[in-house]
Amino acid sequence: MAKTPLFLERQSYRRRRMMDAVRILPLLCAVLWMIVPMMWPNGTEQSEPTSLSHAIGYVFIVWAVGIVATAGLWHRIRSRDDADEARQTEPRS
Amino acid sequence: MVTLNLLIAVCLIYVAGLFLVAFLAERAALRGRGGWLLRSPLVYTLSLSIYCTAWTFYGAVGYAARSGLEYVTIYLGPTLVMIGWWWVLRRLVRIGRAQRVTSVADLISARFGKSNLLAVMVTAMAVIGVTPYIALQLQSVTLSVSIFAADDVSSMQSGDLNDYAAFWVAAGLAVFTLVFGTRNLNANERHHGVVIAVAVEAVVKLVALLAVGAFVVWGVAGGLADTISRIDASPIGTWQTGGGRWSALIVLSAAAFVCLPRMFQVLVVENEDERHLQIASWAFPIYLLAISLFVVPIAVIGLELMPTGANPDLYVLTIPLSQGQSGLAMLVFLGGFSSATSMVIVATLALSTMMSNHIVMPLWLQLSARGAQQSGDVRAVVIRARRLSILLIISLGYLYYRASGGSGALAAIGLISFGGVAQFLPALLGGIFWRGATRTGAVAGLAAGFVVWMYTMLLPSFGPDGALPAAVFEQGLFGVSQLRPRALFGITGLDPTVHAVWWSLSLNTLLFITVSIFSFPTPLERLQGAQFVNVFDRSSRHARGWSASEGEAEDLMIMSQRILGAPEAQAFFRDQALQQGRVGRSPAPTPEFVQALERELAASVGAATANAMIGQIIGGQAISVEELMAVADESAQILEYSSKLELKSRQLAETAHELSRANEKLTQLSLLKDSFLTQISHELRTPMTSIRSFSEILRDMADLSDVDKTRYASIIHSETIRLTRLLDDLLDLAVLEGGQVSLNCKTVNLHDILEQAVTTAQASSAREFDIRRQVANEDVTLVTDGDRLAQVFINLVSNALKYCDAAEPELDIAVRREAENVIVAFTDNGSGIPADGETVVFEKFVRLGRGEGDGAGLGLAICREIVTRLGGAISYVPLEKGGRFEVRLSSGHAGKELPRMLLI
Amino acid sequence: MGKHVVLVEDETNIAEAIRFLLGREGWRVETLANGGNAAEVIRAAGPDLVILDVMLPGKTGFEILAELRADSALADLPVLMLTARGQARDREMAMQAGASRFMTKPFANNEMLAAVRELTQGRVD
Repeated sequence: MAKTPLFLERQSYRRRRMMDAVRILPLLCAVLWMIVPMMWPNGTEQSEPTSLSHAIGYVFIVWAVGIVATAGLWHRIRSRDDADEARQTEPRS
Repeated sequence: MVTLNLLIAVCLIYVAGLFLVAFLAERAALRGRGGWLLRSPLVYTLSLSIYCTAWTFYGAVGYAARSGLEYVTIYLGPTLVMIGWWWVLRRLVRIGRAQRVTSVADLISARFGKSNLLAVMVTAMAVIGVTPYIALQLQSVTLSVSIFAADDVSSMQSGDLNDYAAFWVAAGLAVFTLVFGTRNLNANERHHGVVIAVAVEAVVKLVALLAVGAFVVWGVAGGLADTISRIDASPIGTWQTGGGRWSALIVLSAAAFVCLPRMFQVLVVENEDERHLQIASWAFPIYLLAISLFVVPIAVIGLELMPTGANPDLYVLTIPLSQGQSGLAMLVFLGGFSSATSMVIVATLALSTMMSNHIVMPLWLQLSARGAQQSGDVRAVVIRARRLSILLIISLGYLYYRASGGSGALAAIGLISFGGVAQFLPALLGGIFWRGATRTGAVAGLAAGFVVWMYTMLLPSFGPDGALPAAVFEQGLFGVSQLRPRALFGITGLDPTVHAVWWSLSLNTLLFITVSIFSFPTPLERLQGAQFVNVFDRSSRHARGWSASEGEAEDLMIMSQRILGAPEAQAFFRDQALQQGRVGRSPAPTPEFVQALERELAASVGAATANAMIGQIIGGQAISVEELMAVADESAQILEYSSKLELKSRQLAETAHELSRANEKLTQLSLLKDSFLTQISHELRTPMTSIRSFSEILRDMADLSDVDKTRYASIIHSETIRLTRLLDDLLDLAVLEGGQVSLNCKTVNLHDILEQAVTTAQASSAREFDIRRQVANEDVTLVTDGDRLAQVFINLVSNALKYCDAAEPELDIAVRREAENVIVAFTDNGSGIPADGETVVFEKFVRLGRGEGDGAGLGLAICREIVTRLGGAISYVPLEKGGRFEVRLSSGHAGKELPRMLLI
Repeated sequence: MGKHVVLVEDETNIAEAIRFLLGREGWRVETLANGGNAAEVIRAAGPDLVILDVMLPGKTGFEILAELRADSALADLPVLMLTARGQARDREMAMQAGASRFMTKPFANNEMLAAVRELTQGRVD
């Protein structure tokens, strides 16, 4: 097998970091969508309940940013071919 | 005013349009055209929109009107799955393509040792889970029709009308699915007609919903700011959703998005190209965002405008109607109709594939006593089974609709369905990520999850004293309070949906993992598990399982023809034979071949059935797999625990191999050198013999006549020239072979070089020769070393002049182009090179045939070296009459290879 | 009766030189350029001497020599072998095959004539 170099050239390095971002992004969205709304007051406690327009604004802005980020990452990584992807991003077990 | 007749007419035209679109797409695909559209990421993305059914089209607004922002969870889950494509979908799509998976049941069955039990379980669960969902689509269409009918005085009784509409919609959908869903048997050959129709419907429903949204925001309310203030002022204007329910619904919809049979169909089975998934990962969330954007405004305006009793599920339709916008209402109706029909078509297609492959076909195989290879046309049986399944599923949906009486809010039915199919998730994810997952574990988990789902979600949905007696709700099953369907194990106070999802999925997962850990997988399961989990690992792709004898190959052929169709099967066998290097014969039944065949069959009838069919013919597969597993186990251990050691020993073996090869090469070189020296010695001594002899004669004998003297002197002279030429050739060859030659590459014209070569060669030959040229074709510009190329041509022309033995010798010089190459062919009408000489004609010191030649046999060897250095090739082509030398040059950039050549 | 020699040699110039040299000595020289049928021609001609090149088209000199020696009538016919390869191994092979004399090209005319005389001494007058 070819030896894996210890340090990658700049381009490969960037690609790997892009793939890291692709993997982390859904987790980030999940936290923003699932954990944050759980902390909103919903009228059962003393505090004033969150207004619906604020809730809509929050959910849809996270949504739009998530889409733009995914599309941006896709744009950056699409040039690489499948073989490349499989070799570089699949963790060796 | 939209009359019912107009509505029906528009509907029929719309449906006819869909048929036409699907038909045109099928035809284009059949003729291999329109691939840019049929196989585009856009169509793939749009086809995913069958996730958005009538439930989301009508029901989302109703949902919002009842529970505020909660409806959006149904879209957030899928968005997370799409944005997170790298984690799950990428694997699913790759596995689906590698294993030629036909459905979610097929995938789970294939992963766990091609188990038919699992396939049947998943199929049954899917049918039970999805039937209410199909009924829900029929219900939404009839509801929307009834809205129009209420306005139409000429209409019949609304009860009759509902049955009437539901029946005809169901019948129409059945016809469409039958026509375009079972055209080809192989589920991996995409259903282009269906997919393109679904894509069209995706656009219609999105446009309709956006149009209503825009109308509501800017037509009814006074723009964005006004809408926002109305939202906050409305009864749903505050955040009411409990955090647990909110997250549980996101997880549930995410799970359902992956597990729903129809989503699996469009996501995995109909996927043309893995790259499309990456594009859909952001494009489909855009679609979801757009389709849910106006839901809250429509709900809020609906709550304001509509009377209290109005069904919020139909606000989308009733708001435009109440504002006198019949055109918009018609568009909305078509949008809802699209959502319902596309869902039913794809869901039916997916379920019918599962039913026919996992229930009907295995039964048929069992009952058909004669076995797979002797029975009649299996293809017809499979297609019939699939058609029957389609009718059965649509009938089930229709019957469920009739039986349930079309009651209940749309969203509630949808969530129950989601809860059912989400039970596949542990087995699915475990199967693709965890090699330790076993069939027993999957069966246990699925069964537990399904039972809990039935008990806590499906049955209670029929209400107290519906499917379960009210006493069970109060006191629990058999009076055990721990078993109350809405408070399992005494845990009360949970939202019913959260409660059901939590208990069913966690018990499912817990049992799946625990039983997997304590059970031992069969060899086939372990083999499949390795292939699924390591799908991105190249080395594990070729697992072997079968060993067949030559005699069984014929039976395999007969069976394949019956399942794949004769031409397809023959083409497949031919390809395989070609890969094995057995041209014109049937392929050897190697394990690789049988496995490839099994995959091919699996694409038509599913993994478990294909496995059973091949098992019927070859028999006793388990033994060979077991043997193999024993070996695989050992090698796996070696790989896992001593990979370093293995690497070292491999390196050692490689080094040893290389050494022995180097040694061989040296021995060969030494032999070559000996023979070369012998040859040189001979070639040098021969002319020197004549020179010495005649010079001694001239020196010693005074009595020679002048004629003799001149003659002997001229012999000496010509032999000296021969010697010189020999030395020149040798030096030339040494330089060429050493690679130190410097080519002088310039832009040259082929015609000029040929002209120079022919003139030079003719000048040194006394023979009358007819040389034919094609001057028009010779006008080719090359970047090459003109002098070297001329040397090659001179040599070839001279050879022809010298050796052509025809009475009226002719030489034909033809130039033709082949792609990037220019080919110059020199054809003479002599007797050509003797057959035994063809292979060695370009070797050094090879002189063939006619003896009178005075060359040392280096000419063609030099030609070959030069042409190779120029980045081309020279070959000899034997002809019926005569021989032909072909020089192949790459046009434009001949000599481009030079720097590399020099490095070598 | 002139002395008769069969010369098997494919190089025309060398053949001409030998023919000239032996012709002056009174030999009748019959030249063959091909090795294929050399043994038959020699058997038919019944020469006093054979001069045989090693590398010939058709058959090698060694093969022809073996055929000649296999024939009892020709077993002690003097054969002078010529070779342009000049390796010690060739000389051994020639002697084993039964050559009466072995010469390496290029040769001095005198040497060649001396060898011919030596080989035919006492046999031809």
